[in-house]
Amino acid sequence: MTKLLELKSVYAGYDNKIVLRDVDLIVKKNDFIGIIGPNGGGKTTLLKVILGLIKPIEGSIKFNNIDDNLIGYLPQINTIDRKFPISVREVILSGLMSHKKLFGRYQSEDKRKAKELMEQMGILHLKNKNIGELSGGQLQRVFLCRAIISNPQILILDEPDTYVDSHFEMELYGVLDKLNEHMAIILVSHDIGTISSHVKTIACVNGSLCYHDSNIINQEQLKTYNCPIDLITHGDVPHRVLKKH
Amino acid sequence: MNEIIDILSYNFFQNAIGAAILASISCGIIGTYIVARRIVFISGGITHASFGGIGIAWFLGLNPILGAAIFGVFSALGIEWVSKKTDVRQDSVIGILWALGMALGIIFIYMTPGYAPNLMSFLFGSILTVSSLDLYLLSALSVLTISVFALMMRPIVYVAFDETYAQTHKAPVQFLNYLMIALVALAIVLNIKVVGIILVISFLTIPQTIANMFTQDFGKMIIGAITFGIIGSLLGLFMAYKLNVPSGATIIFSFVILFIIAKIVQLSLLKLSRKVDE
Repeated sequence: MTKLLELKSVYAGYDNKIVLRDVDLIVKKNDFIGIIGPNGGGKTTLLKVILGLIKPIEGSIKFNNIDDNLIGYLPQINTIDRKFPISVREVILSGLMSHKKLFGRYQSEDKRKAKELMEQMGILHLKNKNIGELSGGQLQRVFLCRAIISNPQILILDEPDTYVDSHFEMELYGVLDKLNEHMAIILVSHDIGTISSHVKTIACVNGSLCYHDSNIINQEQLKTYNCPIDLITHGDVPHRVLKKH
Repeated sequence: MNEIIDILSYNFFQNAIGAAILASISCGIIGTYIVARRIVFISGGITHASFGGIGIAWFLGLNPILGAAIFGVFSALGIEWVSKKTDVRQDSVIGILWALGMALGIIFIYMTPGYAPNLMSFLFGSILTVSSLDLYLLSALSVLTISVFALMMRPIVYVAFDETYAQTHKAPVQFLNYLMIALVALAIVLNIKVVGIILVISFLTIPQTIANMFTQDFGKMIIGAITFGIIGSLLGLFMAYKLNVPSGATIIFSFVILFIIAKIVQLSLLKLSRKVDE
């Protein structure tokens, strides 16, 4: 399978503090990787390295036969200024930024693409609304449109399941499953239970990274991965058991 | 009515009207950016820092506006650099620069031998005494801001809205940030003549806030801010002439009156639309 992205013994952090140690990760076509780990364990730092927002202190990051501009990114929604005077349509069009020169105009082709996506996500009626008028779920849909309008080969989502109701959460994973047919997805979540029923593989990030080549994980494995988080199990009848540890 | 026609024939009054309109254009555009990006405090810092430039230029016998422009732009670039490259708290730096500029200005103006300039006109503006040079500078500023926004409004807005995201798209974030903060400084400095140091920040925020009541669109907010800017500053200009008080104060006073009227209109529109819904 085609390798899209390869991280080799990457060390990364801020100033003098190293957050990530010796991280290896390979992202292949059609991968759906769930990234879990405790707060402060380096999940966000890992995303920043992949997105090119920070340079690794050591190690290499290599993009294979993709233009590294072509990563779709859905940030945590609480980082967004919801009072900013910008409409839904404009937010989505901003996902084409890397395709445009500084003085570049947006063509009717771009606007048609945005309209198509909004239709698919059922938010076309909101296109001229200000983002401040939207609910959490609607906003997530807008940012998902922004992330995929450039048709990226890798889609990165940072905790897309916060601030949304469970109905939208289900819908979101439905959409992601479909997107996964033609793009690799990396999803950071604090809710391992929900993600493990959708992702194909799991990576635990707590300083270092442990890659788990399946979506079934148990408490023992988490322990050996040095990944102290609550595990929520899913059986035939969905039920949640929080083990003590 | 005759009185209005009379004063309109004076050259100084025509200049003042020109200055009011040009100030509304540059402040309308740049102010929308300031309000949207929430950099009102930074802008206040740049404004007061530029007073240091006025003092130094006065001491050296140069054009005070030139001094203010150089000092203002460098303070602005400095604030941007400090906040991005170091982990010093940005608002503390602004606070220091704010006071330092005022202190330097006063020291140099008092050290200058001979006639001490009228500090009031720098602090509160004197639109009735704008020169042709001031008008040329204000025109150049308007042309510059209009061109920058005509060419790059989308990247400017997108970077202002979500800088991190723009970075992931390899947008020229740094270039745009420095360009915009320099433009903010220029807009502030060149409009000091019109409304003065203490009040220029309101010219950059009140018309925008009024426009923001009726539109959430960046482009429409600019148009609205320019319109309200022109109405308010012309009203203030006549008031300044009638009452013989500094123009800055009357212009800002008109803005606040406009703001209150707009708020009432907005609330009644809201009530009306609720009634229609019922």
